[in-house]
Amino acid sequence: MNVITNNKWIGQRTIRPDGVDKVTGRAAFAADTTMPGMIWGKILRSPHPHARIKSIDTSKALALPGVKAVVTARDIVDFPVDKSVMLGIQDMRWMCRNVMAREKALFPGHPVAAVAATTEAIAAKACELIEVDYEVLPWAIEIDDALKADAPILHEFNKFEGKPSNIAGKLEVKKGDIAQGFKEAEVVIERTFTTRPVHQGYIEPHACLISVAADNKTTIWSSSQGQFMVRAMTSYLTGIPQSDIRAIPAEIGGGFGGKTIVYLEPLATLLAKKSGRPVKMVMTREEVMRATGPTSGSKSTVKIGAKKDGTIVAAQGTFYLQAGALPGSPIRGAVGCSFSPYDIPNVLSVGYDVLSNRSKVAAYRAPGAPIGAFAVECVMDELASALKMDPLELRLKNAARQGTKAAHGPVFPRIGYVETLEAAKAHPHYAAPLGKLQGRGVASGFWFNAGGESSAQVNITEDGNVVVTTGHPDIGGSRAAIANVCAELLGIDYRQVSVLIGDTATVGFSNLTGGSRVLFASAMVVTQSTEKVITTLRERAAKIWEIDPEAVKWENGAAHPASPNAGQFEPLTLAELAAKAPQMGGPIGAGVQLNTEGAEGGFGTHICDVEVDVELGIVRVIRYTAVQDVGRAVHPGYVEGQMQGGVAQGIGWALNEEYIYNKDGKVDNPGFLDYRMPVCSDLPMIDTVMVEVPNPKHPQGVKGVGEVPLVPVMAAVANAVHHALGKRFYSLPMSPPKVLAALEAEG
Amino acid sequence: MAKLHVSTTINGEPMEFLCEPNDTMLDALRGPLGLTGSKEGCASGDCGACSILLDDRLVCSCLMLSAEAQGHEIRTIEGMADGEKLHPLQQKFLEMAALQCGICTSGMLVASDALLKKNPQPSEEEVRFWLAGNLCRCTGYDKIVRAVLETAQDMREARN
Repeated sequence: MNVITNNKWIGQRTIRPDGVDKVTGRAAFAADTTMPGMIWGKILRSPHPHARIKSIDTSKALALPGVKAVVTARDIVDFPVDKSVMLGIQDMRWMCRNVMAREKALFPGHPVAAVAATTEAIAAKACELIEVDYEVLPWAIEIDDALKADAPILHEFNKFEGKPSNIAGKLEVKKGDIAQGFKEAEVVIERTFTTRPVHQGYIEPHACLISVAADNKTTIWSSSQGQFMVRAMTSYLTGIPQSDIRAIPAEIGGGFGGKTIVYLEPLATLLAKKSGRPVKMVMTREEVMRATGPTSGSKSTVKIGAKKDGTIVAAQGTFYLQAGALPGSPIRGAVGCSFSPYDIPNVLSVGYDVLSNRSKVAAYRAPGAPIGAFAVECVMDELASALKMDPLELRLKNAARQGTKAAHGPVFPRIGYVETLEAAKAHPHYAAPLGKLQGRGVASGFWFNAGGESSAQVNITEDGNVVVTTGHPDIGGSRAAIANVCAELLGIDYRQVSVLIGDTATVGFSNLTGGSRVLFASAMVVTQSTEKVITTLRERAAKIWEIDPEAVKWENGAAHPASPNAGQFEPLTLAELAAKAPQMGGPIGAGVQLNTEGAEGGFGTHICDVEVDVELGIVRVIRYTAVQDVGRAVHPGYVEGQMQGGVAQGIGWALNEEYIYNKDGKVDNPGFLDYRMPVCSDLPMIDTVMVEVPNPKHPQGVKGVGEVPLVPVMAAVANAVHHALGKRFYSLPMSPPKVLAALEAEG
Repeated sequence: MAKLHVSTTINGEPMEFLCEPNDTMLDALRGPLGLTGSKEGCASGDCGACSILLDDRLVCSCLMLSAEAQGHEIRTIEGMADGEKLHPLQQKFLEMAALQCGICTSGMLVASDALLKKNPQPSEEEVRFWLAGNLCRCTGYDKIVRAVLETAQDMREARN
């Protein structure tokens, strides 16, 4: 399939439907909503990394004037540990223990009780009056500590190879014969890498406002990556049926995966139910840092073997990822994505889910994949050096193409990985001269992408305009892309199309905004809905003209008589047909609900230049080019934005971001001052090259674009640092103290 | 303790409100004044999502006590457009896709406006250092910096 270039709106940089609200301060985010009679909820959190909860006495808190309700784990539906109840990829056994400590507090910041009171100050005071009798237990924070023979076991019920263990799961993918493969190799590189947990870093803290009527009818305003996920999890954890819960998606101030699970909503619902008052809860930044997200820290060993001509014959990866205090690290992303850019006959990739006394990890942009890619793409760089090959040439020689069987299973259809490598090689950046203490690195990355459930409704208004409702929170401009798609199909101005995000009562079930699935899936259901609307419009014109509907075509926003009636009737515009709707069969609109299929994986290749300040140990990224196969850029501005944003997050992960734990097992830097995300002056412009190899299984050729741009970044930066200094860092972040120590060690 | 009574000017209009002595200006804006365009991302002056102008000086409203507004002039994102007409920065941010989720956008715009008032011809480096107090996790800043530079040029050309 070739890229269609004569579209009117697809591929245009239109103004987003929600734009004016967001540049004027009118947009309502989760914390911006209030209700008459509203009271405030606060959470009491464990100060200990690991402690058995012997008793909780809430009587003093309840006696404080202004306090309206207190909840503890007793109020939350229990999911016994011996029976898994899955909701998507989340296990409710772990969710019920994550929103509120049950038998044990498992990390500092773990909720132990929640209070609702007439003011925030009273709620905070009441939290201090709750008496919790803890039996403090030994704890483990780092992977190595959690895997020691005598390590404190977080969950006695969790067994690995028959024994109580902190390993909560193992995932393995295999292809070919790994031992034979390495026998054939003439050059083998094996290295071990570590990465630190990093937070998604959304600027909007979690927040919700919840009202529960006496008959249990519940209304939730909250910011999340899925109002249906909020409804379902809240229902599971409170026992209120889903049909009684209406979850209204507020504008979301960033998520990056971190808002794909609930933290506050079940607690606020129970407080609202008990108190009979609407309850608002807003996390502080410190609570966000201590008790939500992050993604896993990791320890990975990667071994790659090649022939002297650069043909890779075997690759092996072992990835230990931190789950935090409850099972569920993204080993699938690390195990499944790491070797996927390459056509390798023999692969063994194994992941372990490791428990420790940290907050439970949440999804973060291409969960697991950046961790695996950091290790693999650094080894690829060393392999290129050992073979005296250009690193892009080595990748080209081994690149996955149409027909390659990926280690994680599928045979690739037409993919655009080679195109990203060729575009990177041809880019002026790759040949630009470098100065002293500067270096250049490249790296590639892959992400599965995803389809899944989506619903949409397309309605024609009485005045001939269009309202599209979808079920996905818009996290980075998806409404703008949907307006382009719908306007293109209807042949009208995109400004005639209003795109809204429905709540759980007004639009059909739609799965999470995540996994780079939203535009793929929602453009598919919006396309099919719009096509149904066009069929209706043609039928209406045919009825008015008294001809066969097949003899009516839809073009440029109007029905036209086709041959043999061409020219016999004046075209009927959308507005004219809308005005005649009451007489011609009633309202015009259509909805489609699908489990979408055909999402194809995405590939990217990045070039990074750094300069190292050897006095201060600061690594500065001075030039960056991200190349990606984006399928079809329905709104190029927001596709570039995804790429640039992913790169910025990766640079933070590579150079500065990390949780620093103190001797008491607590995070010492739970704020933006010390948890150092990139600021504007840290970064250069981030150039983007959008390679468009359309997805043949999608009406507009869409592939997901949001996850891929984070995957290659840490390796691209590390490879550039190596090029600049001749020194390789196997451990992230490459922060000033580490860089200085490495330089001093060399003398 | 009785609440404090504060008389101030917000977006050109005289306003009065009651506050606790330890309330921040951001608390007052988002609470009694109902101006929720200024956002709380950190409450520690690190993210800039609550940026406002205090007598034309750029400040984090989370680091200012609301009682300090007495007798001063405050401008917020809600006062940036001229009625229905967007400020050139607002228009440019829309045209150049210089926002994704939008949570930092109010603060970015207020800070950028303050910059262009002070320095109508900033270099890229000056824009980057001026906006270093405004965190954005979505965009990588690229489109924001370009939008500010282009707006500055448009505004200069409009004046000449």
